[in-house]
Parts: sequence; C-alpha cells; structure tokens
Amino acid sequence: MSQRQILQVFEQYQKARTQFVQTVADLAARPQNTETLQNAGVMSLLRPLLLDAVPTIQQTAALALGRLANYNDDLAEAVVKGDILPQLVYSLAEHNRFYKKAAAFVLRAVAKHSPELAQAVVDCGSLDALVISLEEFDPGVKEAAAWAIGYIARHNAQLSQAVVDAGVVPLLVLCIQEPEIALKRVAASALSDIAKHSPELAQTVVDTGAIAHLAQMILNPDAKLKRQVFSALSQIAKHSVDIAEMVVEAEIFPAALVCLKDPDEYVRKNVATLIREITKHTPELSQIIVNVGGVAAVIDYLGDSKGNVRLPGIMMLGYVATHSENLAMAVIVSGVPQLAICLEEEQEDHIKAATAWAFGQIGRHTPEHAKAVAVANVFPKLLNLYLDTESSEDLQVKAKKALKSILQKCTYLPALEPLLYEAPSNILKHVICQFSKVLPHDSKARRLFVTSGGLKKVQEIKAEPGSAIQEYINAINSCYPEEIVRYYSPGYSETLLERIDNYQPV
Amino acid sequence: NMARLEKLYKQVNNIKKQYFIRNRIAEENRQKENEAAVRIQSWFKGCQVRAYLSHLHKNATLIQKIWRGLTARALFSQRVKTAYFIMKMNFYNKMAVKIQQRWRGYYVRKNVHNYYARKRYLERLTRKNEHIRRDLEEFAELQRRERERITLEKEEKEKNIQAERLHFLLSTKQCPGVFNSPFRAEPDEMELRMRKVKPLLVRSAPKERKTPNITPDLTNLMPNRERLPPIHKKPQGPFRPALEVQEQRHRPLEPSLRVTTSINALEEAREELKRQEWRTRIIDQTFLPFSNTRRNKQYEGLMHTSTTFEQMAYGTKHFREEHKEYLKGKKRRKFVKFDSNLINTHK
Repeated sequence: MSQRQILQVFEQYQKARTQFVQTVADLAARPQNTETLQNAGVMSLLRPLLLDAVPTIQQTAALALGRLANYNDDLAEAVVKGDILPQLVYSLAEHNRFYKKAAAFVLRAVAKHSPELAQAVVDCGSLDALVISLEEFDPGVKEAAAWAIGYIARHNAQLSQAVVDAGVVPLLVLCIQEPEIALKRVAASALSDIAKHSPELAQTVVDTGAIAHLAQMILNPDAKLKRQVFSALSQIAKHSVDIAEMVVEAEIFPAALVCLKDPDEYVRKNVATLIREITKHTPELSQIIVNVGGVAAVIDYLGDSKGNVRLPGIMMLGYVATHSENLAMAVIVSGVPQLAICLEEEQEDHIKAATAWAFGQIGRHTPEHAKAVAVANVFPKLLNLYLDTESSEDLQVKAKKALKSILQKCTYLPALEPLLYEAPSNILKHVICQFSKVLPHDSKARRLFVTSGGLKKVQEIKAEPGSAIQEYINAINSCYPEEIVRYYSPGYSETLLERIDNYQPV
Repeated sequence: NMARLEKLYKQVNNIKKQYFIRNRIAEENRQKENEAAVRIQSWFKGCQVRAYLSHLHKNATLIQKIWRGLTARALFSQRVKTAYFIMKMNFYNKMAVKIQQRWRGYYVRKNVHNYYARKRYLERLTRKNEHIRRDLEEFAELQRRERERITLEKEEKEKNIQAERLHFLLSTKQCPGVFNSPFRAEPDEMELRMRKVKPLLVRSAPKERKTPNITPDLTNLMPNRERLPPIHKKPQGPFRPALEVQEQRHRPLEPSLRVTTSINALEEAREELKRQEWRTRIIDQTFLPFSNTRRNKQYEGLMHTSTTFEQMAYGTKHFREEHKEYLKGKKRRKFVKFDSNLINTHK
C-alpha cells in the first residue's frame, strides 16, 4: 500500500469521528433524544474522544457531553463517576479557548443539578482552573467560567464559601465591567448566587466594591441584564442593615424606580424585591425610600402587574407600614385603594395572605389609619377570607389577625355595621367593644345606630353574663333610654301581646 | 410677910396633898391629854404641811403653766411656719406645673409630634408622588415609543432589503412587473419601494486575470481560485473578524497634537493675544490690589524645603490616616472608571 492510501485510511477515520461527534452534539441539543443516546452508551463512546488528537473533535465531544449532562442528572452523575471531570479540569488550563468554553460548559451542566454533584465538581479542583479561565482575554471563555461558578455557588453556603475562598469575587467584579452584555449578565448572576446565602458572603462581595458597578448598570437597556443586576443587589441588601445602607448610598434611587415601568415583568419584580429587602430593615431606610417617591411607584407597579409578580410589592408596603405610623400614613396617602383591588383580584392564597397582613400593619396604628383602611371597603373581604373554608390556614390566621388589629382601633361606624351581621363571635367581640367606646359620646351616631337596625342586632346577640361581650352590650344599652332598649329586645311584640291578654277594659 | 408665911406653912400639907392629888389626876389624864395634844399637833402640822404643799403645788403649777405655754407657743409658731411653707410650696408647685404644662405642650407639639409639620410632610409627599408618577409615566411612554420606532424601522429595513433582493422584478416600460399589475389602480407598495432602492450588488464570479490582483495581506478575504470560497462567514480559528481588520486598516488619521499645530502657531497666538488686548482692554491703568492686607502676612515656607532632604512619608506613602487593621486580609480594591454612556438620564 502506498503512503497516500495509508493516510487516506486515517483521514477516513478522522472524518468518521468528526461526523459522529458533530451528529451526537446536534442530537443532544434536543431533549427527547437523550434517553436513546444514553441507552446506546454514548458516555463511554464520548469519553475517549475527549482525548482525541484533533482539537475540533475534542471540542465537539465536550460540547456534546455538556448538552447531555445539562438535561438529565443521571447523565451528570455518569459524567462524574466516569472520571471525566479531572481530565476536563486539566485541559481547562491548557487548551485553546473553544475547548475551554466547552469544558466550562460541561462543568456547569454537571454542577447545576444538585449540591452533591457541585461538590464533586469542586472536589476535583475545578475552581482553580475556572479562576484561571476568568483571567483569560476571550469574553466567551470568561462567560462560560463565570456561569459555571455561578451554578456551583447557587446550592448552599458551603459551596459559596469554597468559591469565595478560591478568590473568584474580584475577578467577577472585573468581569462586570467588561463591555460584553452576556458576560455582564452572567457575572451579575454569579455574584447574586454567591451573596444570597449568608451575611459574611454578602460582605465579601460588598468589600470588592461590587455595589458601585452594579449600580452603574441599572439603566442599561438590556432587560435580562437588569434582571440579574437587581437580583444581585437585592440578595446583597437583604442580609444586614449596614449593607442595605451601602446599597442605598450607591444612589440607585430614584433611577431604580424608573425600572419599575420596564416592559419586562421580571425586571419589575426584581426591583420590587430589592425595594422590599431595603425597607425591611429599619425605619430610616424606609423613610428614605418613601421620601424619594418609592411608595407611589410601587403602587403603580401593583396596578400594572398581575399574579405572583405582585407579591414583593405588597410585602414592601406591609414592611413600610410596620415601622411607624408616619410611614403607614405615607402609604395610605399614596394609595390604599390599589391594595384593596389586589386583595379582590388575586386568586392565590399566599398573595391574599400577604395583602391581608399588609392591611393589618397599615391599619393598626391609630383610628385615622383604621378609618382609611375601613373606607377602602376592606372589612367584608377580610371577613370572607377568614370565614371561607377553602382558604389555607395561613390565610385564615393572617386575616383574623389583621381584622383584630384594625378593629381595635377603628372608630368609623359605617364600616363596622355590616360586620355586626356577619362576624363570628370572636370578631364580634371587638366590633361591639368599638361601638361601646364610640356611642356614649356621639349622639348622631347613636341615632344612626338605632335607625340602621344595629341596636336590634345587638339585642339579639346571646352572650354569657359576666363575659366581655355582655359588658359591652350593657355599656351600649346604657347609652339609650330603657324604653328603646326594651322596644328592640327580641320578643317585645310577644310581651306586648301578653299585656293585652292580662288587660281588663274598664 | 410673916403672916403670909404662916399661912403658907399651914397650907403645906394641903399643898402636898393637893400635889399628889393633882399629880394623880394629871397622871390619869396624861395619856388622854397626850394623845389629844398629839392629835392637835398632828392636825396642825398637817395643816402646815398642807399649806406648804399647796403653796408648792401652786408654784409648780405656775411654773408648769408658764413653761407649757412657752413650748406650746413655740410649737404653734413652728406649725404656723410649716403650714405657711407648705402653702407656699403648693403655690409654687402649681405655678411650676403650669409652666411645665406649657413648656411640655410646646416641646411635644414642636419636636415630638408636630401636627402641622406632619401635615406639610404628607402634602409634600403627595405632591412628590404625583411628580414621580408623572415622570415615570412619561418615561414609560418615551420608552414605548422608542421601542415602537425601533420595530417600525426594523420592518422598514427588512422590507428594503427584500426590495433590494427582488429588484429584478421591477417593471420596465415594456413589461409590467409582478408587483405592478395592470389591473390595479396603483402599483403595489413593493413596486414603489423597489423604484426607490438600488439593486443588491452580488459579487459575480471573479474574471480570469493575466496578473493576479491579490494584494499580499488580503488572503483571508479574497478567495483563492484554487480553493472554494469559505462556507462560514466567520473564519474558523483564531482570526479576528474581517470587519475589524478592515476598520483597523482604514482607520482615519489621528494626528498627534504636535502635528496638528501649525508651524506658525506661536506667532498666530501672539497676534490673537494682541487682538484680544485691543478689543477688551479699556483702561490702561492696572488695578492695584489692596496692599494693606498683605503687609503683615508671614511667608510660610514649603513643607518640602523646610524639612530634611528626604522624601516625606506624608504626601507620598500615605495621605490621610488609614486604618490598616480594617484592611487586613483583604485584597486591594479595584476602582472602576465611570463610563457616562452607560447611564442615560431620562429627565
């Protein structure tokens, strides 16, 4: 055989390998094929191709492996068990950038499924290799490495700590400053995943000066980048007061309020989450947000969105109102009717529970606040939520608490009257208590109470003598002359008729 | 006298008899008389003593009376004084309470819960909320219009590209094109577009040339006749995209400052200065500063010259006080350059 023929054999083999690996990579891009591929034993076939002499075959094999491991955690475990990871880690340090991208993609695909797999990825020393890749010039390599790091750090605090110990955070902060949008996105999401577990990790992220850079990217036009940036800022700010103050000092308000009008609903949700995390901590921070007009923006945001996305906005209003009665008044002034609309429209129980809690916090401070809440026609809804058998327990408990706390301060009688008719006894106690406080002092209210049939209803209530309800009922009855009380007591017509029986005409 | 004596001697026996009789009677009455005497004496002594005792009592009573009057008056005056004092203190307390009431009312109303400040704050807050709402809505409107404009432009562009590609379907004088049907009142939009647009230049196959016209560094772009043109637009491998290379190659000249300044720059500057002086200077007298203020001013030497001939740590090694212990274990911060293009202000 001549030399050319021998070489031709090798060329054919190379072509065959290339074609195989490219087709497998294309097939692995579709999820329905993974089952078949796995049964056909694709792992064991791809493994030696990773060590192939031709770099294209190596890269495509790595890409195929990554796609396979991406869909299925069994395959990811097979990757780990097949000892492929050390080889990949070694080659991360050596080869060209396409291979580095593919290898980082495989690491990411393996690490994303569960903490044990991520731990296995960390154990084979991939973090140092990924850190080296983060220092590369090519933005694609950096993106793949940052993505892998983000997925590793996502699972628990221990893994995040391992990632931080490898010295990743300053490099990620440098990545954020790069011009490529995809790289910024991935770096922001990696920082968010690192910082979310514990205050120390958040402090580490803050110490590298990440907040300033994240704050600069707030008004970037790309929607996905904004999602990640706001998510990162909210994960950082949620841990402690100092960090939240630093986030606010980065002057993100009022620029962040603009993003509450973004067309992308997850950007809006993340902004609302950020505001919520900031207002949760202290009254001063809430005051800053209120002064900047944040409450109005959030209420408009509640009006614009539907469903689960509203939850952070509602919770933010609740937290703001909790701190002091000035802030609760600020919330009321900005618009309580919108919150009442939320309560009506929403179907999910946890959102309704959050709204009920928020109302409770707003209305519990002074009679003014309770009046504002009552005027928004909230009591019947809260009562329905409390009494509805289909509501979850959490919802019922929250509705009851909210009702109780608002009722204890409510002196707005027109809103209390409907409650007389429908409320169960433990709520009724508070309603009657409020009536007994207000009626002795206001004659017009007494008249209205009688004409609207409230006195009649009060007489009909059966209460044990000596109980609190009976005392309140006595207090109410003592506001009226005896004849009227007797007139409205049940069975009065019968007693009158009995008098006819006993009467002797002269 | 002798007669008297004789009479007396006759009575001597009588006397002796009488003496004994009388002694006997006296002896018989002695006890009674003694007891009576004792009684009388005792009664009399009693009277004496009683008179003395009553005298003593009277005196003692007098003394006690005076004394008690004294102490009672002292006590009384003390009580009057305390009562007066209490009355005064009550009065002062009431006045102090009045002052404290006023002061506390004022203080609380000013600092702790200022009703009017709160009212003003809530009004301001509503106004601010309205501003913010208006601004946000305007901004959202702007963004929406921007997005719509972008989509419209994109559509336009696509249609133009389509028209460029299908330019060969343009109607001629002899033959109406597909988009210009004679049965229609007006030609179709595509036809009008194609009339405006120039046809897409497709590179025809390169003609046979005697001398190869390939410049030595364009081997990536111009395809070799023996090799087929590349399938992928992006060249495989570690090559920079062709556009970048072209841009770098045809980058406009950015001459340095030295090159751009003309050779006569100095003279021109002088001329310009002269013209400026001619235009602006009205008064020839120079304005002398107030010399009095500077008369007593001491010259403060430079820190650098007034110290020893070595580099000062202050100003070079450290400039302000640093807290080295806070920085322990942390890496040096990397500062970022502020890029103003990244932030678009919407106001």
